[in-house]
Formats: sequence, structure tokens, C-alpha cells
Amino acid sequence: MPTTRANVKVKGNAARSKAGTQGFPAGIVLLAGWLVPGLGHLLVGRWVRALLLFVSIVAMFSLGLAMHGRIYPPSSHLVSLDMLGFLGDWGNGVLYLLAAFFGWGQNIVQVVTADYGSKFLVVAGLLNFISAVDAHSLRLGRKS
Amino acid sequence: MFTPSHFTAVLLFALFASIVFGITQRSETRAMIRYGVFCFCLFVVGTIAASWIMWLIKH
Repeated sequence: MPTTRANVKVKGNAARSKAGTQGFPAGIVLLAGWLVPGLGHLLVGRWVRALLLFVSIVAMFSLGLAMHGRIYPPSSHLVSLDMLGFLGDWGNGVLYLLAAFFGWGQNIVQVVTADYGSKFLVVAGLLNFISAVDAHSLRLGRKS
Repeated sequence: MFTPSHFTAVLLFALFASIVFGITQRSETRAMIRYGVFCFCLFVVGTIAASWIMWLIKH
């Protein structure tokens, strides 16, 4: 049978699926994907997706900091907008921990670009949550 | 400090969010690209439309 591009693609997907079932535990993939953007996809063998996710999320986080956005600290009020902001920021995993350690994003928002920056930081975290769950779904075979 | 214009901020936000949406919400490469472009256009056009609506409400 002649080797066509479609056949090669199907074989590639099958090989990746096989590798996926023998790879890291799904929980580890989820945790890694949350800690470092794109690492979950890298662990399931999708390095192009991993690279794109890493670049997108890290760029969004960096732009947020460059715009003097604010990193939300944990709020003492469980139901508050600050707590929602904190949960979003927390999605950045290691990036959030680095920001907390080095004191990045501790600005008082005074200009409109800083407000945009705060939104960039929160959305980067939320996108990273989606990315980690996607890697988990890939690992479990729910998605190809 | 990086101080982009409002529109530049929209474009940057739309670009990165669309890449992540495209990768995570579709399975095939071609569908990912198509969905990513769709999301990008929706972000940008939606923002421009909302801006015009706010301008009309104000005036």
C-alpha cells in the first residue's frame, strides 16, 4: 500500500495515543500543566501545542506586569472581587509564585493601562487553567 | 512601563487568548487555526462594536 500523507498522520496519532496511555499519570499531567504553562502538553507528547501555549500565556503574563498590572493577594473576604482576582492570578502556577517571591505586581493601579495589565494577569491564569485541563483530557484520551 | 494604546491592548489580548482557545477547544490542526482566527475576529469586532454602542449611548 502506498504511504500517503493521511496514513502517516493516522499512524502518528496512533503512536501518540499509545505513548499517552503509557506516559505520566493524569494527575501529574494536570499539575504540571498548571505549574508551568504548556508542560502538561509536553508530557503527553504535543510539543508544538506546548510551545504555543507557553509563549502565549507567558507573554500575556509578562505584558500584564510590563503594564504595571496588579497581582491580587489572597483576600480575607471569601466572597469578594479581590478573591476572584486572586483565584485567576493563582492559575499562573509558578509565574504567580515567582511574582509573590520577587514582589512583582505589587503596584497601586493608577492609570488605565495598569488596569488592563491586571486583566492580562488574571486572564493569563484562567487560560492556563484551561490549558492544564486540556492536557489532562489528552492524557485520558477524551481528546485527540 | 509598557503603555499600549487601547486598540493595541485589544489586539494583543485577542491574539494570545485566541491561540489558547484554538488549541484547547478543537482537536484537528486545521480546525484549531480556523477557530483561533474566528475567536480573534470576534474579540476585535466585538470590542469595536461595543465601543461604538458606548459612544452612541453617551451622545
